[in-house]
This record gives sequence, C-alpha cells and structure tokens, in this order.
Amino acid sequence: MDFTVAYNAAREALPYMLGGVVWTVGLIVGAMLLGLALGVPLAVLQVYGPWPVRRAVGTYVWLFRGIPILVQMYIFYFGLLSWISALPLFSGLGLDSPFVAAVLVLGLTSSAYQSQIFRGAIQSLPAGQLKAARALGLTDPQAIRSIILPQALRLSIPAWSNEYSILLKDSALAFTIGVVEIMARMRSIASTTHEPVSMTFLAGIIFFVLTWVGVKALNHLESRVRIAGYTRQGAA
Amino acid sequence: MSAENQTPPVLEARALGKTLGGNRVLDAVSLSLPKGCVKVLIGPSGAGKSTLLQCLNFLIPPDSGTILLEGREVNGKSRRELCTLRQNVGMIFQDFNLFDHLSALENVRVALMKVKGMSKLDAGELALAELARVGLQDKAALYPASLSGGQKQRVAIARALAMDPKVMLLDEPTSALDPELIGEVLAVIRDLAQNGMTMIVATHQISFSASLADEFLFMEKGRVIESGSPAELLRRDSGSRTLAFCAKISELSGEGGEAEVLAPECRV
Ligand SMILES: Nc1ncnc2c1ncn2[C@@H]1O[C@H](COP(=O)(O)OP(=O)(O)OP(=O)(O)O)[C@@H](O)[C@H]1O
Ligand SMILES: [Mg+2]
Repeated sequence: MDFTVAYNAAREALPYMLGGVVWTVGLIVGAMLLGLALGVPLAVLQVYGPWPVRRAVGTYVWLFRGIPILVQMYIFYFGLLSWISALPLFSGLGLDSPFVAAVLVLGLTSSAYQSQIFRGAIQSLPAGQLKAARALGLTDPQAIRSIILPQALRLSIPAWSNEYSILLKDSALAFTIGVVEIMARMRSIASTTHEPVSMTFLAGIIFFVLTWVGVKALNHLESRVRIAGYTRQGAA
Repeated sequence: MSAENQTPPVLEARALGKTLGGNRVLDAVSLSLPKGCVKVLIGPSGAGKSTLLQCLNFLIPPDSGTILLEGREVNGKSRRELCTLRQNVGMIFQDFNLFDHLSALENVRVALMKVKGMSKLDAGELALAELARVGLQDKAALYPASLSGGQKQRVAIARALAMDPKVMLLDEPTSALDPELIGEVLAVIRDLAQNGMTMIVATHQISFSASLADEFLFMEKGRVIESGSPAELLRRDSGSRTLAFCAKISELSGEGGEAEVLAPECRV
C-alpha cells in the first residue's frame, strides 16, 4: 500500500466526509435531547408511579432495549413513519425523511437506557430526602422537581456521558436508511476512489475526535454543576 | 368549664394503629399535645417511637386511628389537608436529612418559596434570620457536606422553624452526633421549649429531657405503657418501668448515677 496515495486520497475526501459530521452531530444531539426529555419522566414514573404505570414503563424499556437498532430503523422508516405521513393530517411534514426516522429510533432507544440511568440515581438517594421534603409540606411533584431530580441528574452525568459515546456509534447505523452521515459518505467515497482502507481510517478518526470533544464537553458540564463536597454516598 | 379547657390540643392522636411487615408496630396509641407542652417519648429500640412520630404527620400513614390538628380531624387522603398539616408540624430527624445539593440558606428557603409562595428575597431574609436564631448566620452559604453534625441539625431545626410550625416532632435529634456536639443542639431545643414551643421528642437524653418535659411517655412493643411527669416516674422508689429503663441506659452511656440526680423542677 502506498501511503502517499492513501494520504492524498484521504485529504481530498476530508471536506466531503466532514460534511457528514453535521448529520452525525444532528443525530446525536437530537437523540440525546429526545432521550433526556423522555427518560426523566419515564424514570420518575417508574419509581413513583402506581404499579400499572411502572409496568408500562418497564415494558417500554424492555422493548426498546430488546429490538436491535437496525431493525427499528427499518420498522420506523419503511413502516410506521411512511404510513403516518401518508395520512392527510401528517402529510408534508417531512416525517418520512430518513433523518427523522433515525433521530426517533436513536432517541427512543436512548430514552429507555437514559431512564434506567436516572432511575438508578433516584433510587440511590437516601429516603430521608423525600421524607424531609414532604415533612416541610412540599407536594410530591414539588419534592421531585426541587429536591430529588437536581440531585439525581447531577449523579447521572458520568453515566450520561457514556450514553453520548454509545449514541455516536449507534448513529453510524443511520446510513442504512439513507442518512448521509459520516458512515454513508465513507462508503460511497471508498467505492469511487478505491481507497476503502484510508477512508475507513479517516471515518474512524473523525468518530474518535467527536467522542473526545463530546466527553470533554460533558466533563466540563459536570464540573460546572458540581457542588462543594457533594458526592454520591457510598460511591467507591 | 374554663376557657383553657375549651382550647383543643395543638395536635392529638387517637388510637393510632400500624402494622408493618406483619408486626404490630403501633397498637392503639393515643396522645395529646396541649399548647406549650413538652412531651418526651422513651423506650427501647423497636418500640415504635419513630413510627409514631412519622404517623403524626402522615409520613407513614397510620392503618387506623385519627389525627387532629387543633381539634379538627385531618383527612390523610386529601393532598391539601396533608400539606396544611405538614406545614404546621415541624419535624426533626435523627440523621438531619438536609438537602445535600442546597446550601444552608437554600435549605431553609426552599419550602418558604415552594410551599408558602414567598418571594426569593423575602424567603432569603427570613431564612437568614432563622439561621441566626440557631447561631449559624455565618454558615449560610455552606453546603451540608462542609457542616459538622451539630451544625447540620441546627440548620434542620432552622428549616423547620422557618415554616412557623405550631408543634415540633423531634426524633432522636442528637443520637447521630458525636458527644461533644450534642450540647449545641440541646441548647437550641431548650431554648425552643422555654419559648413555649409545643414539642414531642423521642430521645435517650434522660437528664436533659427530664429537665424540660411536662410528661414522659414510655413506649414498648407499639404501646405507651407508662406516662407521667418525670419527677413522678423517675422517683427512686417509683418502681416504674421508666426508671428501670433510664437507669439501664445511664449505666450504658456511663452517666453514672444519673437517676439519683434527677429531681427535676417540672414546668407544668
Ligand atoms: N418497613 C418496615 N417493615 C417492617 N417492619 C418495620 C418497618 N419499619 C419499622 N419496622 C419495625 O417496626 C418496629 C418499630 O420501629 P421504630 O423505628 O418505630 O422503632 P423506634 O422505637 O423508633 O426504635 P429506635 O429506638 O431504634 O429508633 C421495629 O420493630 C421495626 O423493626
Ligand atoms: Mg427510631
């Protein structure tokens, strides 16, 4: 293998590949936010809800964790979303785009995983926190919002950072339904330039840099919201 | 009937029953806290003291019996009535239960804003005043992790007092403290009692509580089996279960011969 050739090919391909970063980042940010927006209420319902609700959340989590992302992408893109957008009410909203399908699948799956991160954090708080809040006259929703979640979410950030790198990798599956993210671009340019190895390396480097930047940013967030001397009780 | 007899007790419990995990933890316990009185709950571990105190504000909903706040029965199923009850009943826990993510000031302020709907500014001012009352105005900005046990418990007391409760429930407020820190918390509690706060305290601090209490309640196996003024129950020839129990714990805690020095002046 001629390294100069490979290097030049990679350099030429770089701008095109970087164009995929926008889509990849869009997928991850969309999926993380959707996962967060659903994961927090799911966790709260699974801890404090009445038993039928807890069962329903449990089933949801089990379902999304159980079905491979690739299968879900096909179900959503070729099935659910194409049917829904065929309905007059939803036509023309762009719900049949591969990007929407990919964000939904990654976000819903992530919400299942995120809910379990938050649930664990909520349950790791001492029972006295909720008791003390109730004893002061706070309602349960007030106590959950002002006392339980601010602590639980802080404790969740390390595990949540991990979710970022998982999503980053899962997002590469979006090329299968036609999102032109990094993976998709890598494959198409690899076949036109006949430099599959150097293109694969290039994609790997881009993914690695994205992971590094994201984890750094989340570490920064964690130190921003850290509270003097407050660490998880009993954490090793 | 004198006017005094017509004022209902601040808090009253009638025939409270609670079964936990098949155990009869409370067996028809009745209790009345007239305004300004201080009652002390003693008894062996597992007697049901904590359960009783937490039933009084429905942190543990009793299976049977009724709670009356100033003569009016509280419906434990109504969210509004529960919140009213809890605002009027301050509670102090053995392990403080300060909110770990909030500074001392924020700990005191949060319920004022959320429950009483005070503005941040007003709530902050009141919170600072309450911290000053327990001698901690200079610790207002510190988080629980950097406070000593005694300071944490004083913040917890300030947090409860800020709600302007009519009665305070204290569950072993000094049991989790190192011996040298007990005094500062007891001083705050004594101060409260002397200012006429209605209180019920579960404690093993016999000599301290004997000097404050109007009544001792001795609990065992979910029932109050003896009650009376400390002077009466702790008299050397009283032959009471209370005296036997107190003699035992003084021995264990090394407060040798405490029972002998107990001749408390009782404020009635
Ligand atoms: N959730 C529960 N399930 C089963 N049993 C319980 C539960 N909570 C408490 N108990 C039992 O109820 C009894 C009374 O407990 P409680 O904590 O009220 O006692 P206490 O008088 O406060 O004791 P201590 O002096 O140790 O604090 C104990 O025997 C305890 O084991
Ligand atoms: Mg107890």
